[in-house]
Amino acid sequence: MSNDALGRRRAARLAATALATVGVLAVAGCSASGGEGEADSGDVTIEFAQWWEPELPDGAFRELIDGFEEENPGITVELVSGPYASTKEQLFAGAASGTMPDVVGLDGAWVNDFASQGVIADLTALMAEADYDDSELASQIQVDGATYMIPVVNFVYPLFTNDALLADAGVDAPPSTRSEFEDAAKAITAGGAAAGWALPLSLETPNGVQNDVMSWAWASGGTMLADGQPDVTNDDVRSVVEYIQGLWDEGVIAAGSFTMKEQDKVEEFTNGRVGMMIDSLSHINLIRETNPDLQFSISAIPAEDGFDGERGIPYASWGIGVAENSEHKDAAFKLVEYLMSTEVNSELSTIANAFPGNVDSTPDLEGKDELFTTAFEIYQAGYPANEFTGLPVAEELMRQFGEQFQALLDGQQDVDQMLEAVQTSWSAEF
Amino acid sequence: MQPLIAPDTETLVLGPDKGGIRRRRSQARKTAESYGFLAPTLILLVVLMVVPIVMVVGYSFQDNVILNKSPQFVGLDNFVAVVTDPAFLNAISNTLIFTVTSVVAHLVLGLTFAMLLNSELIGRVPRAIFRALYILPWLFTAAVIAVLWRMLFAPNGVINFLLGTNVEWLASPELALSSVTFINIWAGYPFFMVSLLAGLQGIPAELNEAARVDGANGVQRFFNVTIPQLRPIIVSLVLLDLIWTSQQFALIWLTTGGGPINVTEMLSTYTYKLAFSKYDFSLASTSAVLVLLMSMVLAYFYVRHQRARD
Repeated sequence: MSNDALGRRRAARLAATALATVGVLAVAGCSASGGEGEADSGDVTIEFAQWWEPELPDGAFRELIDGFEEENPGITVELVSGPYASTKEQLFAGAASGTMPDVVGLDGAWVNDFASQGVIADLTALMAEADYDDSELASQIQVDGATYMIPVVNFVYPLFTNDALLADAGVDAPPSTRSEFEDAAKAITAGGAAAGWALPLSLETPNGVQNDVMSWAWASGGTMLADGQPDVTNDDVRSVVEYIQGLWDEGVIAAGSFTMKEQDKVEEFTNGRVGMMIDSLSHINLIRETNPDLQFSISAIPAEDGFDGERGIPYASWGIGVAENSEHKDAAFKLVEYLMSTEVNSELSTIANAFPGNVDSTPDLEGKDELFTTAFEIYQAGYPANEFTGLPVAEELMRQFGEQFQALLDGQQDVDQMLEAVQTSWSAEF
Repeated sequence: MQPLIAPDTETLVLGPDKGGIRRRRSQARKTAESYGFLAPTLILLVVLMVVPIVMVVGYSFQDNVILNKSPQFVGLDNFVAVVTDPAFLNAISNTLIFTVTSVVAHLVLGLTFAMLLNSELIGRVPRAIFRALYILPWLFTAAVIAVLWRMLFAPNGVINFLLGTNVEWLASPELALSSVTFINIWAGYPFFMVSLLAGLQGIPAELNEAARVDGANGVQRFFNVTIPQLRPIIVSLVLLDLIWTSQQFALIWLTTGGGPINVTEMLSTYTYKLAFSKYDFSLASTSAVLVLLMSMVLAYFYVRHQRARD
């Protein structure tokens, strides 16, 4: 074969390769759920992105979804599962590029931002279209009067106390007031084997501000908002900030607070290096597995001395929403309906060690750790409280509070300066 | 049969033209072939680099690009907002301290260990062991390094245990920047060490011999033979490391999250927070473009240096 012929053949091969590459890229770039073939056959595939599946026992969530597919022939659910943090980033990237999966697992802290971007659908409208009775829903997260997220299950955050450390410190029962808590924390710390309380204030994941700081205000019926706007300088928040600053000055808070994350707090408590922490109920099994010898109790977060009202108990939700760009909103909402149905919601709350988002559902506590029963009683005696849910840039609000709070604890400013700084920065975000 | 035109005439008239066309065709085919080979890479570069960069630059001149359905052109407003933000200036200051300290330490440590490993004072076996040990930090990803050092630097971690102290290395506003810089130095010196070791092994033995014969002592040989011979490698390494270190994100984010307060806030964490915490993608794009411009200055010097070497 001549060189020319070889060259021509090579050039043709390369041109074909280049064309094929362009083709592959084009197909990859243009692919979307629910192609034409699907539409023609009547079958649809919907994507459901969430962080729930990895946090549930192996195969348990897929099994629930299989039940949905059996009930709804023609709808296939593709689970897109990942850790919480990557799910969040994936959803924000999807929101920016208009490629959000049809159904999305949501955290209350994200809802306002997604709703204002117009990337999640108005569920009030979808419920009306589907003629759905929302009276069964325990709560709905709304922005400007429209629902954008439905909490599927709720995880409450009670006070965890190490029984042995409390006993060694001469404390008979978990503290129920701020004074009792302070005394217990001091006594535990004085023992020298552990710190009294773990306060995670990491700025990487600033949810400690919500769960470990502001929860004290909610536990005494307090608030950080007034008419939906920031009101951080009020007496409720001030008393919490001053109270925690007092604990800090007493040296009863575990070292490393400024970079401590939720998992560090759990590890410190599990290993007996901390006597008390406010934590999610979902960690009970993890603590039991990691340190089977640890004896611990849970109780409501201590309230202000003399407070006898109903206590707010912080919670976090596995929320659900539908993407605005979904081509199969009806199928997507069917999945929402399915997960919120009495039976399925009971089952999901049972396997998730959470409390149901359907008022008629009840978790099966049979054979479960007795602490779940205690937690359910705490949950029913108070009311779920999380004022960050539905706020704009909720995580940023926590981070701004955390930065100023760290500066206060480090002695760089006083309480007035801290609260004013937070009020100013929060107000700028609304 | 006789040709109608004499062969020599045909050659004179048609020969040069035919040859020229053939050459041009051959040249065009070669060019097409080259671009054919390059096509997949060029397409990927355009799709994955050029397009996103152009989009981000475009975003930096508009108001809130994601929240606003129809963003408006706002000129340099975003740039003014970012460069006048005290948090941005703090991030620049921290990034400078972190980067310059890291690069200088990488160079000094890398050169020291490279010379140690190149020395004949150490036997072959210990040298191999040291080489494996010294290169270890380079094998870990940023996530592993962050987890490892978070544990080592924990208030009840190994470092405090060995020192008999109770220091909050990462959680103390006074120590956090130094601590993350130390971790970055630990993670990055092997790259210098390996590169400089290769450079040292390429220095002709005759040069040192000649210097020795001329009466140069060890220090004089180091400054007058070794360093000049290594200079091209050192300049390249320093420029590359300046670019990489100034963009370090994972290590900072996973160890301190930019805190405590804001003492370890870098340009990378500042930009990330704008995008994924405040969802202000316009300002985040502006910050990213500013980082790109700073990196391009370093990249210019790097490319110019490389050209000079060629």
